[in-house]
Amino acid sequence: MSLDEFFVTGDPMILASQIAIALTMVGLVALITYLKRWKWLWSEWFTTVDHKKIGIMYILAGVLMFFRGGVDGLLMKAQTSRPEMGILDAQHYDEIFTTHGVIMILFMAMPLLIGIMNVVIPLQIGARDVAFPKLNALSFWLFFVAAMLFNISFVIGGSPDAGWTSYFPLAGKEFTPGVGNNYYAISLQIAGIGTLATGINFVVTIIKMRAPGMSWMKMPIFTWTTFITSIIIVAAFPIFTVALLYMSLDRLFGTHFFTVAAGGDPMLWLNLFWLWGHPEVYIVVLPAFGMFSEVIATFARKNLYGYKSMVYAVAGIAFLSMLVWVHHFFTMGNSAAVNSIFSLTTMMIAIPTGVKIFNWLFTLRKGRIEFSTSMLWALAFIPCFTIGGVTGVMLAMAAADYQYHNTMFLVAHFHYVLIPGVVFAVFAGLYYWWPKMFGFKLNEKIGKWHFWLFVIGFNLTFMPMFFVGLDGMSRRMYTYAESTGWGCMVRLLSSWFLNNGSWFRCTCLQYLLEFPLCVTESRK
Amino acid sequence: MTSHTTPLEYKSHQSQMNILGFWVFLGAEIVLFATLFASYFVLEHNTAGGPGGGADIFVLKDVLIETFLLLTSSFTSGLAIHAMRNHDKKGLLLWMIATLLLGAGFLFMEINEFLHFIHEGATIQTSGFTAGLFTLLGTHGAHVTFGIIWISLLLVQLVRRGITEKTSSKLFIASLYWHFLDVVWIFIFTFVYLKGMVM
Repeated sequence: MSLDEFFVTGDPMILASQIAIALTMVGLVALITYLKRWKWLWSEWFTTVDHKKIGIMYILAGVLMFFRGGVDGLLMKAQTSRPEMGILDAQHYDEIFTTHGVIMILFMAMPLLIGIMNVVIPLQIGARDVAFPKLNALSFWLFFVAAMLFNISFVIGGSPDAGWTSYFPLAGKEFTPGVGNNYYAISLQIAGIGTLATGINFVVTIIKMRAPGMSWMKMPIFTWTTFITSIIIVAAFPIFTVALLYMSLDRLFGTHFFTVAAGGDPMLWLNLFWLWGHPEVYIVVLPAFGMFSEVIATFARKNLYGYKSMVYAVAGIAFLSMLVWVHHFFTMGNSAAVNSIFSLTTMMIAIPTGVKIFNWLFTLRKGRIEFSTSMLWALAFIPCFTIGGVTGVMLAMAAADYQYHNTMFLVAHFHYVLIPGVVFAVFAGLYYWWPKMFGFKLNEKIGKWHFWLFVIGFNLTFMPMFFVGLDGMSRRMYTYAESTGWGCMVRLLSSWFLNNGSWFRCTCLQYLLEFPLCVTESRK
Repeated sequence: MTSHTTPLEYKSHQSQMNILGFWVFLGAEIVLFATLFASYFVLEHNTAGGPGGGADIFVLKDVLIETFLLLTSSFTSGLAIHAMRNHDKKGLLLWMIATLLLGAGFLFMEINEFLHFIHEGATIQTSGFTAGLFTLLGTHGAHVTFGIIWISLLLVQLVRRGITEKTSSKLFIASLYWHFLDVVWIFIFTFVYLKGMVM
């Protein structure tokens, strides 16, 4: 194999990244050597089994991946900001929406949440560490290796390009012959095994290591949501393991699980993928609900309203999350009866979720609310997430879904669920628990700038997508003609470029700049 | 919480957690095999003109021998844990070795069976049906292989360290794993072989 088959060549942006990666690596190695920190890094961090340090490493890696996934998002937005833009070609655009999805879900949301669980859960239940500290370290390093493997794909060999859902037959070797999709199959397999181990770890930790006297119904609500999330992980991830195994066999060894010829069944992939994929949505959103509950109760200076109903609601959501997967493909040849049943189960999820929303509102009622930065994130979450939830119920109606399916409306919906549901929660949680990790508080003034820029930018970015979606703009199109008439909406959309840029840059700068700033501040 | 009647493998808190954690892991394994079974049922009749199930490729006699080997190995691993509870190191060692030999016999038969399938023109690449079949059986076989290696290493520890709190809990966990593989095989025997031969 010649060198230009190994590296991706011919694209100036990728060439720039390759040079930047090489320079960054050299720079890092030089810096660590200059500071004589290798031994410290090895013994204090790389080989640590301390839950807090592992949590911090998860969070750092998650922020790094947030940056990577965010750059993907910015590129996609730049490309679609006007009709017939030429920033990315079709192939590059396909690769970028695929890596954006995979990275944001599996390498951003998951590690940030698992990182916070790692830091907080042992403290909340009064345990010295998790049940299996070494396994915990192994989980982190499996995740980290998988994330790095997935990320090098865009400079070595080529990125996966069949969407984060990688539907067959498109993702099969017949239609996607390059190595890109193998990165998807193998790196997600590695990450998934790490996540499964984390799930087992937290189930046992929470069952067996609670302080004496902390009965089930006395557990902090975040511990509850983590416990139920861990159970969903154990129940859902093995399905993905099998699906990815089949994908690897199909692509590398020529089997016929998902091919159209020789008795394969592409719909098998869709079913398996969403049997894992839908519970995965709740794996990322339930711990976030727990964090909001903690933050809202603290800064409203009241007990959480309806603690027990919160627990039952989370358990109910977890149960229903396993019974809704078909709503991801209402349009793909199910009978009317099947679609009706999955419509119903999907709409039923709105009930326990509604219970939670009302409980948060009742916690706020007559509370002495303190508008700290983490509380602001929680308060912004409620209306934004409700928009995501209500549009979800719209999508849940199978008959209507024929109109919405695969449009930008859907894209807007799940960004309205996942960004308030996960990203806002992670910010709320980080501001809230930061002192537990680093011994000082984050600056409230910068925090409020961060909050307002992010929330306004988020709404300006994704709100117009609902409208262009209803207007017929389908997702994953790398460009469109002026005559589609989406121009005027998209002109609105192009304002996102600035907004998107500002909220995103702000978040990254926040962590890059504020950390040393606060360290020096706290040392005064 | 531990009294003098508590078995050795449950004495320390860490051992209790290890055993509980392994039960949770077995829960995940059940989901894994359930997915493999479900996929097999979906693909079962998609033979694409190649050999089908049932009388086409299955050999009842060999399957029966495999079944007896694996079921007996589950019984002997139970006897091994019984010996462990009686602090009988020699009995534990011997019954575990018997378990491993039976497991190895099972693997030998299964590999021969795979060769027979391939000889009959049913390779993993032939059709949806063979892909599902080989993956389901192969995943079970890979688990048996892993179990043999794992228990062998534990026996080395046992010989060196004797029956301690740690070695006993490790062997107990390995025996849970071994019984689990037996349970999976009962489902394979019923829903792959018997169903394939009869229906």
